[in-house]
Amino acid sequence: MSFLESLRVSFRSIKANGLRSVLTMLGIIIGVAAVIAMVAIGEGTSASVASQINGLGSNLLIVSPGQATQGRVSLGAGSLNTLTLADAEAIAQKESVSGVAPSVNGRAQLVWGSSNYSTSLEGTTESFLEVRNVQLAEGRFFSNFEVKKQFNVAVVGTEVVSNLFGGSSPIGQTIQINRIPFTIIGVLKSQGSSGMTNNDDRVLIPVTTAMSRLTGGKNVSAIYVSAASAEVMSKAQADTTATLRAQHNLRPSESDDFRITSQSDILSTAQAVSGSMTALLSGIAAISLIVGGIGVMNIMLVSVTERTREIGIRKAIGAKKRDILRQFLIEAVTLSLLGGVIGIILGIGAAVTVSKLSGMATAITISPVLYAFLTSTAVGVIFGVYPARKAAQLKPIDALRYE
Amino acid sequence: MKPVIQMEELRKRYQIGDQEIQALRGVSLSIESGDFVAIMGPSGSGKSSMMNVIGCLDKPTSGEFYLDGYPVSQAHDDELAEIRNHKIGFVFQNFNLLPRTTAVENVELPMLYAGKPARERRERAIRALIEVGLEERLYNKPNELSGGQQQRVSIARALVNDPVILLADEPTGALDTKTSEEIMGIFQQLNDAGKTVILVTHEPDIAEYAKRIVRFRDGQIVSNEVVEERRRVLPEVGKR
Repeated sequence: MSFLESLRVSFRSIKANGLRSVLTMLGIIIGVAAVIAMVAIGEGTSASVASQINGLGSNLLIVSPGQATQGRVSLGAGSLNTLTLADAEAIAQKESVSGVAPSVNGRAQLVWGSSNYSTSLEGTTESFLEVRNVQLAEGRFFSNFEVKKQFNVAVVGTEVVSNLFGGSSPIGQTIQINRIPFTIIGVLKSQGSSGMTNNDDRVLIPVTTAMSRLTGGKNVSAIYVSAASAEVMSKAQADTTATLRAQHNLRPSESDDFRITSQSDILSTAQAVSGSMTALLSGIAAISLIVGGIGVMNIMLVSVTERTREIGIRKAIGAKKRDILRQFLIEAVTLSLLGGVIGIILGIGAAVTVSKLSGMATAITISPVLYAFLTSTAVGVIFGVYPARKAAQLKPIDALRYE
Repeated sequence: MKPVIQMEELRKRYQIGDQEIQALRGVSLSIESGDFVAIMGPSGSGKSSMMNVIGCLDKPTSGEFYLDGYPVSQAHDDELAEIRNHKIGFVFQNFNLLPRTTAVENVELPMLYAGKPARERRERAIRALIEVGLEERLYNKPNELSGGQQQRVSIARALVNDPVILLADEPTGALDTKTSEEIMGIFQQLNDAGKTVILVTHEPDIAEYAKRIVRFRDGQIVSNEVVEERRRVLPEVGKR
């Protein structure tokens, strides 16, 4: 009997036992759908985390002050005030570095006319745009000259615009920031929130103005450094370390009084987290696939017993062992494959629905679909061989006599 | 005429637990082409074992068995399957049709395993069903057919590969008297047309439709006689 004929015989038998076939496939359907949906959710989450981290800036290094220890007790990051504007300028001299943006942070009470609004304040320099990967929606950013001369100019986020100005253009307006008048010269393009901070809810002013008039002190809370390219990231990090050690007159025996975190560190940490989440999810899904496979074997074994007589008849009128083996194997593989295809469709549907309903990012990639497809075929073969062999080895007289 | 079936000192032993059962104890039998033989005997006489061996469903423990000149005793399982497919047409007591499968598809089955192309299968299956008078039941499933009709389907299935022998195991066992007579009429017609028919039965009236009766007892042939007053079914009854 030709392969095509075997295929037809198997299809006819699957169709003749409709309900049982559907129930058999259910395990595979659920397993495959789970794999696809879980991987899509996992990949989507890690992609959105990665894009948020990339949104921080390009090839970013974050220099933060070191931790002070008092009686061997760490006081936490930022407890030392070691970073200065001079440090930032020194780092900017390095060739491996394309931009440096020092930063001071604080809260600010904004007043315009009769409305007032509390937001976060960041003092920085012109390099902020490049280093932190930020664009302007309107107006302009403050120049180096304005930074140097401590101009009272401000750039605000869209959230501030809508809260304080009710959406009308704030360019050229004068607002009070902690009772000091500032002229608004630009509006930042909306970035959305990354993690816990809302990037649209802030006001930026020259770092010099911030230090002298608002936050006080000589120290900056962080220096954002942008490496010239992705290739020179580690060189930029080494250069920054060396520059800061020289600036702070640290002896070789002394440890750094600052800390450098690179974007790739954050990225790899985040990816490790979401990677293990994806692995966990797909692990659970894979188990359900195996359970589905056992379901196929179970039903096929029942089917062999139930159809012993049919096998006897087929053998009596001339079916060879391989004809029977092929028929049952094709049945098992067809059920698994069909279940796999339905599962893929359902899985993609589930992923799309989840992202529509919860706003959770999902990414459907080709590899889990392929993987699910191949696995369901493999499941069909592996769990189909035993029942099929059992059927093929039945003796015709025994099978015919079976009641 | 050359014998279709030639058996020499055929023995069949079964092992059931510790007990050894001698089902056939040295059977020698020769059946000519075109004969109509009824094999009779009480249960346990060895007639079922005989039918399994003739039908190539089981191999003898020892002895020689030639079917249409082919030495069956040495054949492998797959060769036996091929012999069953090409040389033997089975008719069973309980019809043994595939459920949920139409009459035509049931009749096509032996040709499917013989590797015949789909169109030829369909044509020959329909022709065989018309021959047994089922032209109006081609696409009915077994559960939509009466016992007699089901047995006709299985006769059509048995004939469709043009076997050298037609082997019927209690073909009337599940049928009423009138239908039994019709079925036996079909066998007689086929035999008249030259087909060798071997009938296994325990009913004396059914055996009398045959030309010859071979009686078994305790695994051996006790008699092999020509039927003196053979029962004949009028042709029109067989044709329905």
